[in-house]
Amino acid sequence: MEVGLQHYLAVAAILFTIGVFGIFVNRKNVIIILMSIELILLAVNINFVAFSSYLNEVSGQIMAMFVLTVAAAEAAVGLAILVTFFRNRGDIAVDDASVMKG
Amino acid sequence: MTLQTLVILGVFAPLLGAAIAGFFGRRIGNIPSQAVTTGLLFFSCAVAWTVFGQWTWGHLEPFTIRLAPFINVGDFQSAWSIRIDALSATMLIVVTSVSSLVHLYSWGYMAEDDSRPRFFAYLSLFTFMMLALVTAADFMQIFFGWEGVGLASYLLIGFWFKKPTASAAAIKAFVVNRVGDFGFVLGIMTIFWMYGTIEFAELFPMIGERAGTTWEFLGVQWSALDLAGFLLFIGAMGKSAQFFLHTWLPDAMEGPTPVSALIHAATMVTAGVYMVCLLSPIYEHAPGAAQIIAIIGAITALFAATVGLTQNDIKRVIAYSTCSQLGYMFFAAGVGAYQAAMFHLFTHAFFKALLFLGAGSVIHGMHHEQDMRKMGGLWKLLPVTYAVMTIGTIAITGLGVPGVGGFAGFYSKDSIIESAFASAASGHSAVGMFAFFVGIIAAGLTAYYSWRLVFMTFHNKPVWKEEGAHHADDHATHAQLETHSEPLPDADDHGHAVAHAGNGHDDHAHDDHHHGPLHPHESPWVMLVPLLALSVGAVAAGFVFAPFFIGHHEHEFWRGAIFVGAHNHVLHESHDVPTWVKWSPLILTLIGTAFAYWIYVAREGMGRRMAERDGIVYRFLYNKWWFDELYDFVFVRGFRAVGNFFWKVGDVKIIDGLGPNGAAWASLKSAARLAKIQSGYVYHYAFVMLLGVAGLLTFAILAWGA
Amino acid sequence: MLQGIAFYLLAAVAVVAGLLVVTARNPVHSVLWLILAFFSSAGLFVLLGAEFLAMLLVVVYVGAVAVLFLFVVMMLDVDFLKLREGFARYLPLAAIVAGVLLAEMIMVSIAVVQNGAAADAVLAAPTADVSNVQAIGRVLYTDYVYFFQAAGIVLLIAMIGAITLTLRHKPHIKRQNIADQINRPAAKAMEVKTVQSGQGVSPEELL
Repeated sequence: MEVGLQHYLAVAAILFTIGVFGIFVNRKNVIIILMSIELILLAVNINFVAFSSYLNEVSGQIMAMFVLTVAAAEAAVGLAILVTFFRNRGDIAVDDASVMKG
Repeated sequence: MTLQTLVILGVFAPLLGAAIAGFFGRRIGNIPSQAVTTGLLFFSCAVAWTVFGQWTWGHLEPFTIRLAPFINVGDFQSAWSIRIDALSATMLIVVTSVSSLVHLYSWGYMAEDDSRPRFFAYLSLFTFMMLALVTAADFMQIFFGWEGVGLASYLLIGFWFKKPTASAAAIKAFVVNRVGDFGFVLGIMTIFWMYGTIEFAELFPMIGERAGTTWEFLGVQWSALDLAGFLLFIGAMGKSAQFFLHTWLPDAMEGPTPVSALIHAATMVTAGVYMVCLLSPIYEHAPGAAQIIAIIGAITALFAATVGLTQNDIKRVIAYSTCSQLGYMFFAAGVGAYQAAMFHLFTHAFFKALLFLGAGSVIHGMHHEQDMRKMGGLWKLLPVTYAVMTIGTIAITGLGVPGVGGFAGFYSKDSIIESAFASAASGHSAVGMFAFFVGIIAAGLTAYYSWRLVFMTFHNKPVWKEEGAHHADDHATHAQLETHSEPLPDADDHGHAVAHAGNGHDDHAHDDHHHGPLHPHESPWVMLVPLLALSVGAVAAGFVFAPFFIGHHEHEFWRGAIFVGAHNHVLHESHDVPTWVKWSPLILTLIGTAFAYWIYVAREGMGRRMAERDGIVYRFLYNKWWFDELYDFVFVRGFRAVGNFFWKVGDVKIIDGLGPNGAAWASLKSAARLAKIQSGYVYHYAFVMLLGVAGLLTFAILAWGA
Repeated sequence: MLQGIAFYLLAAVAVVAGLLVVTARNPVHSVLWLILAFFSSAGLFVLLGAEFLAMLLVVVYVGAVAVLFLFVVMMLDVDFLKLREGFARYLPLAAIVAGVLLAEMIMVSIAVVQNGAAADAVLAAPTADVSNVQAIGRVLYTDYVYFFQAAGIVLLIAMIGAITLTLRHKPHIKRQNIADQINRPAAKAMEVKTVQSGQGVSPEELL
């Protein structure tokens, strides 16, 4: 059938869900969590670009570019934190890292 | 120097003395403070006698000096003024004479005290307040003076403030007075509401016009003037220690004896009588209030006389005697014989002050022993004191022959009793007969307890000689003890907290007497001179001034200061009562005297045995009809319970609980619970975010009908 | 028609790769699956006519971010097996919540397309005169220049942050302290020695 906007949106939704699911399931493994976040951001990008194409608005792609920028920055900082975390603890299990408890 | 200027100076001189002694006393030293205050007060006394002399024998017209405005709010106008008429002239000499003699007396009595400037300052302050009260031209200044003398009374009763009983007595006096003052203020407000003014010159002519005003309360129409009169009388009840509000007067004996003489005999307690006589226009038009005054006055006279029969402390007997005589004055005013009331006030000031200062002399000589059971046989050792006390007692018992003459009390008291009978006979007062009988019975009782005092103190065996060295150990049995400024050895280890008003003087001559046998001695001349002066008054004030106050010249004397209603001929009729009425007080007095002699002299020891039997009547009278216990039970405990309830439940639980404390506790608890949400685990946070997104989407679907 | 096939293929690959990212046991495998997911998404972008973005995706995401992930994964000596514990325990709840979320999102997207803002949207045909890059360039440096600069600053901050977090000064490594070098006073740097002409100077005197 004709590929419409909703198909792209559905794909994005599925990827988003997978990313959320990944965060929730992989509690201990920080790297998988970070990768799931990347998946989420990717899904959002797909959404933006799909809308940009179908609504004939280039600002959606601009937005996707910025999201990309921020995602890259966030991955870098996140991994830096991970490395420091590992250096301090020798392990990257974060499910018992509750030092920021309220 | 006009008379008006003199009057102003005379009224303000005590204030100046009080200020100098009060503020600079420590700097100028004891003797200068005493000298300044006493000297200024003698000046005031001279001015007062000048005014009185001119009034009585000259032909002074009443005048009012307006000094400065006080309150100006719409109709409520009040000014500081000095009003001179018969009433205030009389009170001026009473107040200043007794006060100046008391000042002189205190030179000797308070000679070892450490805070003499403070004492004299308070005495002068009191005198000034009293003068402000008696020269007032409107209700506000009376109220100012009223409160001022209450304050001075508090300061003076609690002069030895380190003694707990003295502080408590001072507070009791002030609080009971306050109850009276509340009534007084309500009375003033009622008058203002009725007449729209509080100045006497404006008010008195108007009284008759609106005498019929009524006020509705609880469905009944009350006569507003009766109500006002009654409320104002409540103030007088408080100030003059009448029945129901009398409980403070006996405890006020905690103060030094000069204070008792000045305040609680001659001046402050008579302020109530003065006020009632001043407001005679009101009471002449308010028969209901007048009847209440008469009833309460009569009851007080009887009540205080009965209690005075059994007291052992020399000062308390005289205090109850004062209370009783004040009752006489009030019922005289209540039956319409205001002039007789004022005359009795006048003479009573002399002999009551005499009795108190004489008692002070005895106490001073006995080294602060106040229990009469420990005295006896003093007439040889304290001859002058004995003589003046006897004169005072004769005066108070009203010994005299009708038609011939007698001492001061004879004229005034008999006038009151005759007026009571006359008012009953003419139908002027419905309670006249009751007042009359109470009056003569109380006269008998008065004679009994007054002579009992003299016999127990001056005659019989000297109990103190046997007890001698042990007297210092008996402090626990004393109801109250006047603390002297010297240390009382061995007294502190008794449960009775005897605090020292000053520090000890080790080289004091009296020190030895506490360890060795007691040597009572006569007082120094500085204390005897006032006694002699007052005894002259006690003897002569009656027959010299009777014609002016209640006799032939009374109309010219009062010159409208006392308003007498058109139907009030009580005073005139009192001179025409039947002979048996005129002789009845004397008969009762002699009976009372005979009883006292028999019990205390002829059958010596009988009095003591009667007391020791401790029958129910004795206990009832000794415990002052259990009024203090009743008030404590009803009011003190009641209010304390209410106060506690409002504090612990109302304030702490409800207001604090709902307000600051409660809010703080609630926010702490809820914050603690909320803080648990922050587990520190990142995936918890992520999950919450996820739930948030899901929620938003659900909302979007439902709300926007997507 | 070709577009449809391409779309479904790429979409399927992307979804499967995503699933395998989160469920793979070996984290290196996870990274590789992530790279595959990126590639498929880039393909989807090309289908949508956003080729510049597709290339950006490949260069930045795959070329930088995924490689970074790979570095870190391989550098850390972690027992990844232990980290898989609890996987099964949380699976049901996660699946439920995720499922609900998915259902809702799909419902919304369908609704939006049919009734909402994006009704009757047609894929824009690629225009001949303006290429995708040009279109982006026209807007990026004019309307969105501030955001562009802001993005640059974000990257700068991220870089500084990453360096700050991980920089460690090892004690025995020689480094230059430029400031000290510049601020060395002349008195410390030089010493003037008078030498007798013809005498020369001995090494001991120099030290």
